[in-house]
Amino acid sequence: MSAENKMLKNRLGLLGWVSAGRYGLERYAYTLHRLTGLGILLYFILHIFVTGSRLGGTQSWADAMQRFENPYFKFGEFLLFLAFAFHALNGIRLIITELGIMIGKPERPLFPYVTSLHKQRPLFIIVMIVAAILMILGGADFYLI
Amino acid sequence: MRESTLWMLNIIAGAVILVLLGVHMAIMHLDAILGFVGLAPSGTVEAQVVFARSRQALFMTTYIILLGAALYHGLYGLRKIVFELTLSKIVEKLVDWFLIIAGLALFVYGGYVAIAVFLS
Repeated sequence: MSAENKMLKNRLGLLGWVSAGRYGLERYAYTLHRLTGLGILLYFILHIFVTGSRLGGTQSWADAMQRFENPYFKFGEFLLFLAFAFHALNGIRLIITELGIMIGKPERPLFPYVTSLHKQRPLFIIVMIVAAILMILGGADFYLI
Repeated sequence: MRESTLWMLNIIAGAVILVLLGVHMAIMHLDAILGFVGLAPSGTVEAQVVFARSRQALFMTTYIILLGAALYHGLYGLRKIVFELTLSKIVEKLVDWFLIIAGLALFVYGGYVAIAVFLS
């Protein structure tokens, strides 16, 4: 039997994203990373077709842009910017930890236990602060300036 | 292709997107903030500016690179989410083929638009 066949059934399904016991901050970041990723993917596919309107020439492009000039779309774009800020900054953390950086060296599990999750926590906090600053700057740019 | 190779490609695509989409988002959505430091782009979505930009080889090339990287990263992420639901092997194969065909179709369409506008 291959290793893949031994995989346990995912009984919780998508509900496991938000609740299956004591989740830490990083687990909620995982959920948000996926939700923002799906939102960005949806927008991106629509964006490919909108930029495709360039095939019809300058007037076709201007018409497409005119169609999206309303407060609802502007708010949608702002949400997209927030999603991008979170997804990008959290993605940087994921790449850094994937490469084994800032998670400490393997060590014996002796009390008091300090796991790699605890060791990367400062990185998590730093990237979230940077994401929050980007979101505030984006909000100011979208609605105040 | 091995799962580890697909995963590594996903990370590389993420890094490419981080740079290219980061620049794109800053230009499109932080233009007023950039203006404070003297880097304000002008008329980012105006037809004349968009077409002039689209006819530059550098823009066309980076557009196609970003298109490929974003499609791979996005559709691979969707695949991971779907596969986590522990589907049967047949359904996994169907999902794989659907995503490959959809990704290639979107890449060909987006790439065609970029090249056609560049040559126009």
